[in-house]
Amino acid sequence: MLHTIPLHYFLIVGTLMFFIGVAGFIIRRNLITILMSVELMLNAVNINFLAVNRYLYPHHLEGHFFTLFIVAIAAAEASIAIALIINIYRRFSTIDVDQVSDMKY
Amino acid sequence: MISFDYTLLIPVLPLLMFLTLGIGGHRLKPLMAGLLGSAAMGVVTVLSYLTAIQYFFVGGGMGADGYVALIPFQFTWLAFTDTLRITLGVMLDPISVMMLVVISTVSLMVHIYSLGYMKGEKGFQRFYAFLSLFSFSMLGLVLATNIFQMYIFWELVGVSSFLLIGFYYRKPSAIAASKKAFIVTRFADFGFLLGILILSYYTGTFDFGILTQPETSPVASMAGVSFMGLSVVSWAMVLVFMGGAGKSAMFPLHIWLPDAMEGPTPVSALIHAATMVVAGVYLVARLFVVYHFWAADIQEVIAWVGAFTSLFAAVIAITQHDIKRVLAFSTLSQIGYMMLALGVSGYGGAEGTGYMAAMFHLFTHAMFKALLFLGAGSVIHAVHSNLMTEMGGLRKYMPVTHITFLIACLTISGVPFLSGFFSKDEILVAAFEHSKVLFAIEFLVAGLTAFYMFRLYFNVFWGQERHYHHTPHESPWVMTVPLMVLAFASVFSGYLPFTHLVSPDRLPFEVHLHWGIAIPSVLIGLAGIGLAWVLYKRPSRVPDRMAAAMGGFYTTVYHKFYIDEVYLFVTRRVLFNLVSRPISWFDRHVVDAFMNALANVTNGVSDRIKGLQSGQLQMYAATFAAGVIGLVLLALYYLGSA
Repeated sequence: MLHTIPLHYFLIVGTLMFFIGVAGFIIRRNLITILMSVELMLNAVNINFLAVNRYLYPHHLEGHFFTLFIVAIAAAEASIAIALIINIYRRFSTIDVDQVSDMKY
Repeated sequence: MISFDYTLLIPVLPLLMFLTLGIGGHRLKPLMAGLLGSAAMGVVTVLSYLTAIQYFFVGGGMGADGYVALIPFQFTWLAFTDTLRITLGVMLDPISVMMLVVISTVSLMVHIYSLGYMKGEKGFQRFYAFLSLFSFSMLGLVLATNIFQMYIFWELVGVSSFLLIGFYYRKPSAIAASKKAFIVTRFADFGFLLGILILSYYTGTFDFGILTQPETSPVASMAGVSFMGLSVVSWAMVLVFMGGAGKSAMFPLHIWLPDAMEGPTPVSALIHAATMVVAGVYLVARLFVVYHFWAADIQEVIAWVGAFTSLFAAVIAITQHDIKRVLAFSTLSQIGYMMLALGVSGYGGAEGTGYMAAMFHLFTHAMFKALLFLGAGSVIHAVHSNLMTEMGGLRKYMPVTHITFLIACLTISGVPFLSGFFSKDEILVAAFEHSKVLFAIEFLVAGLTAFYMFRLYFNVFWGQERHYHHTPHESPWVMTVPLMVLAFASVFSGYLPFTHLVSPDRLPFEVHLHWGIAIPSVLIGLAGIGLAWVLYKRPSRVPDRMAAAMGGFYTTVYHKFYIDEVYLFVTRRVLFNLVSRPISWFDRHVVDAFMNALANVTNGVSDRIKGLQSGQLQMYAATFAAGVIGLVLLALYYLGSA
């Protein structure tokens, strides 16, 4: 049943997700939203890995392994990012990324 | 076989004393520190005398073929190659043993004398620490087994001389004098080092024992090589002599010695009269074989430099008013004698009279010149002035100083049967054998010496009594006892059988008093004394009128022939203007300017682009994304077309 969906459908979905993530990362001001955008980008990559692995090398598992790695790393990254955001909030009383611009020339 | 193992203690004891007094001296009472230093020096003196007796008189140094060079202690310090290695050790041969006696005697006398002279001075312990350092360096210098070890100790005596001249470090003139002494001798040592390097490059050794073998010395192998019309040996030896001339204050490197009199008087007696300034003579004597056989032209130069310096300094000494400066110029003059004697000496048997006479005169001169300086110190101690014009009639107040000073003056003037008579006579004989002109110069200097010494003597102890702040009094016994000991040595050291002890080929030889030379030289000495008697015994205006009559010549001599001014002119006007200023201009306007330009450009560029670092995280992210997209497009474009 899966074979009825061609590979490029998956790739289109992945690409859209990735660029939505990029756009969110650049445009949104809220740090939590930016974090979510990053997750979107990571998951876009995950979709690509899985789809390509399934369609091109069905007897290999590297794509799956990579995906699991990325999920684990994303979890760690999210915990660190949230810790950072909490600290930023304590320091600046805001999580608006525009206000957090002390590190400049 | 007599063991000389204890000779290692001779340099090591003063070193230990320097460390003790230097590190812990301030915790000791001043008198304790002084006594400790003197006691150590006393032990060194005893050991030195023991060495001399065992070496010369018991037969410890006599081999089958004359005196041998013994090396009781030696270790390798730096081994570069199998042949080129630097060792440190102790070498005993006739001249080093003789120097041990000279240095330890004078040093001990100065140690004792300073207990009285330096009493109550600030930094008394420091003074004794420096004296110990100097004694260590000087003893190490004469005991050196190789030229490199000698160079190390050579620099050490330079440092201790610097420290002691500048002992009164709050006095600007003392600081200037110590710097002058150090820079001038250091400049000369630069030549010495070059000489050592040339010599060791060609011979592959530093060792005195190997270098000074007349038959087998490796110096012979470099005889054929020449550079700019002069053989390489001559170049090396003239550079080595430059070092010796700097330390021994030979013209034109003599300018530091008169100024060095800013140091305490005992220091002048020890370093700038008896021991360190004769290091140059010792160096030439040490390498005498090399000079004589392979650099005879340089040996001639040494003779002439010595003769010129002795005349030049004697003339200046006549006009000076500061008693220490008179003595300083007298020292220059006497060292000139020694250099001359080495310059005219031959090698074997009676030919070696000059060499023997130089060492003999070094020995007697050390005794009577140390006595003169310590006597002058005693006078300065009593009247608180260095100037002859503020002294006079002191014979009544200071009988011991007066008598011992008189003995020293008679000795240096060459009055018969005192030590100076014998040694100076040998030098004149050697000069006469070699060149009549040199003899004539030295003959004249003998008269001048007698004259200026007795001018000093009559001015200080006779003449008009001045108005003193308090009645001058004789110095305490710690100061007069060394005077008496040295007076004894001045009188009797002439009877030492030097011809049996010291000679270039290390074989004893016989030389008889040469009456044809001795009688005229005594007469001219007496003439000098007589002239001084007439002019200075009673207060008179004759000397002033004579000085006025000579006009410009007198002024020139009084200003030491303006040599200092010439040096100042050369350094300030010529070197500073023609060399230093252009170099500093280049440094400031080219080297610095280049570096400044680099810094300015960096600064300007960063000023322009620093706005990019806005602190706006999303700005960075956007730039990054744009960059990635741009790169991808580029890659697609090029790879796609290829």
